[in-house]
Amino acid sequence: MTKNVTENKPVKGKNIDETTGVETTGHSWDGITELNNPLPRWWLWTLYACIVWAVGYTIFYPAWPMISGATSGTLGWSTRGAVAQDIADHEAKNAQLVADLVAADLPTLAPGDPLHRYAVARGGAVFRANCSQCHGSGAAGALGYPNLLDDDWLWGGDVASIAMTIDHGIRNDTDPDARWSQMPAFGDILSKPEIASLVTYVISLSATVEDRAQAAEGAVLFSENCAACHSDDATGNRDMGAPNLTDAIWLYGGDTASLTQTITQARFGVMPAWGQRLSDVDVDAVAVYVHSLGGGEQAPE
Amino acid sequence: MNYVKLTLLGCVTLIAALGANWAHDLSYQVHAFLIMLVSAYLFLQVLRQTDEVASPAAPMDEYSDGVIRAGVIATAFWGIAGFLVGTFIAFQLAFPVLNFEWAQPFANFGRLRPLHTSAVIFAFGGNALICTSFYVVQRTSGVRLWGGKTAWFVFWGYQLFIVLAATGYLLGSTQSKEYAEPEWYVDIWLTIVWLAYLAVFLGTIVRRREKHIYVANWFYLAFIITVAMLHVVNNLSIPVSFWGSKSVQVFAGVQDAMTQWWYGHNAVGFFLTAGFLGMMYYFVPKQAERPVYSYKLSIIHFWALIFLYIWAGPHHLHYTALPDWAATLGMVFSIVLWMPSWGGMINGLMTLQGAWDKLRTDPIMRMFVLSLGFYGMSTFEGPMMSIRAVNSLSHYTDWTIGHVHSGALGWNGMITFACLYFLTPRLWGQKEMHSMRAISWHFWLATLGIVLYASSMWVSGIMEGLMWREVDDQGFLVNAFADTVSAKFPMYVVRGLGGVMFLSGALIMVWNIWMTIRAGKPVTTATPARYAVAAE
Repeated sequence: MTKNVTENKPVKGKNIDETTGVETTGHSWDGITELNNPLPRWWLWTLYACIVWAVGYTIFYPAWPMISGATSGTLGWSTRGAVAQDIADHEAKNAQLVADLVAADLPTLAPGDPLHRYAVARGGAVFRANCSQCHGSGAAGALGYPNLLDDDWLWGGDVASIAMTIDHGIRNDTDPDARWSQMPAFGDILSKPEIASLVTYVISLSATVEDRAQAAEGAVLFSENCAACHSDDATGNRDMGAPNLTDAIWLYGGDTASLTQTITQARFGVMPAWGQRLSDVDVDAVAVYVHSLGGGEQAPE
Repeated sequence: MNYVKLTLLGCVTLIAALGANWAHDLSYQVHAFLIMLVSAYLFLQVLRQTDEVASPAAPMDEYSDGVIRAGVIATAFWGIAGFLVGTFIAFQLAFPVLNFEWAQPFANFGRLRPLHTSAVIFAFGGNALICTSFYVVQRTSGVRLWGGKTAWFVFWGYQLFIVLAATGYLLGSTQSKEYAEPEWYVDIWLTIVWLAYLAVFLGTIVRRREKHIYVANWFYLAFIITVAMLHVVNNLSIPVSFWGSKSVQVFAGVQDAMTQWWYGHNAVGFFLTAGFLGMMYYFVPKQAERPVYSYKLSIIHFWALIFLYIWAGPHHLHYTALPDWAATLGMVFSIVLWMPSWGGMINGLMTLQGAWDKLRTDPIMRMFVLSLGFYGMSTFEGPMMSIRAVNSLSHYTDWTIGHVHSGALGWNGMITFACLYFLTPRLWGQKEMHSMRAISWHFWLATLGIVLYASSMWVSGIMEGLMWREVDDQGFLVNAFADTVSAKFPMYVVRGLGGVMFLSGALIMVWNIWMTIRAGKPVTTATPARYAVAAE
């Protein structure tokens, strides 16, 4: 009590700030003085509370470094342990479905089947993390990367063929079973006028062209040079990944300049062998997912 | 003395010329050439003065303000440069086509981004800190700066560091450490300049006429010493060749990451917090014309801040290879840091006791108060984001960017603007700034800009954090990364507009400073010593 009284009473020789009635410390720097206010109570108590909480937290969680290792906390919690637990929970929840999917004959999975639904959900997640970088997050593809939503398939669109493509990839040199074909660069084989005729013919397969005489010349060249792979009617050959040229769907562009470049220099699209990166069940799931996007075909009889 | 200087400058010119010839990479070559020109110019200057009659030394009873005037101009200049690049890269993120083909690789986002961060933190913020600290330490010690022309060496040396760093980024030399990108020789140069800065500051304090060291100077001194330590340790590296810019870090792996974020977080703590609190402790009571609220609080929060900040770095590395125990310690120290940080805000705001009416009439006071408000907000947000659970949502998202900018634009930017408005009329002999209305315009443009910036980044950051972790009922991730990128587009445009507003406000400030300087002329101010002598 007495202490408070003396503090509040103005004492001779002390400096009191008139506005607030609070004593200053008596120092002055370039005209700046300092009030002798105490620490705000709420500030101090909040600081204490934070310290108490901090000490408590370090008891419960891994915190203090020791000579070898560190305290692990009374809860036994760790970031790696927590994520391992999350993954384990997830896998335990889906264990039966995974086992069923591994055992399942993919072509027999029917939409509406819970296992099919699971495979699509799982495959979609894998696709968005691993495939969307090239094929787009909506699987609509991009220049040089096939659209997976349509029914135009290079190497086959039944679920087993899709799974094969995903598992081994295309034209990579890491998997000996990768799908493989190579179009020659016709710039070394044909003359420029010949290539121009060929381009006009290829365009004429899915659009109208003005120079029909040139297209006719191209047709001859086509049957001599291209039909072996792309077939006589230019509808392609899935055994060789040779695209159908009559459906107005172009992987590298269907305008004169793009086709001239394609024929002159050839293309060599590569896809990694995902079987080396993903588990078998993930490969199957992605195959089911891609198959379900719209263009999936029934297995050939 | 001049002969020593001539020998030194001659050697530097010669070595730089050899470097320009034998350089392994473009960045090193350009820098060697630049250093050669600068040292050759200085060589000639010194040569012309050698054996001449020495010009009379500046009177010791006057404050050394020329270097502060230069600092005011440099701060404004680098501010505009940094804000401009920042606004441009904000639009690059919204519209990637702005990474122009013809400007590759020099003007792609990857090279402009460190240019922006270094320009605003080290060029704008650094010049503001150096020039205000020179102003404050003289006024509160009652003596002229120690070391004669050393202060000018610090000023020009620091500008050279900025130019070397900035051109280095554009030419592709970086050691890939955030906020510590400059390569080894630039780091060595900064160390030399920084030690000279420390000497000038400490020398002035040592010969002060006041019995006690004012609180602002504690903060400035903590900032200078700690930044020196952080800079040296984090930049320990071995050059691949003396004639090339590339170097290899001494630390590797998680140790390197930990050192980097010990540095990175304390760049925030000691550069952008402690140093700027030094500014606050002088300019806020000056502008308010009121005593500092609590001496006790200033002591306690100073020591608490200094002690705690240095341990908080690991919260940048939650959920990484860093061991859990280190992350926990970083987190709890960050939480305890909350109140010590707020001590500065309380002491600043409560200093306005009895002067709150100034907010109505004084736009500069308004800027100081707003800056303290943003300081308080971001020093609450920071500890919150350091909590592991919050961080698992916020980390790697735009929330972090929003947090940094509410602190940088709101606290560091606003208080620096206010200090420039305080200093310019006093240093050029004017009663006040050319236009007080323009300051109000600047205040509102900048405030709205910050609000647009921070709120768009909160929305964008929390949205992408939630999208990344969104799972369907079977536990599978719902979104592809690209989905989150395209979802952020509108927020990126709003953020860019916020940047435009902040930049426009700063341009108004530059015009205002320019008009004030044109109307006035440099004035000298006497130290109390002169009055003391006159009174005898």
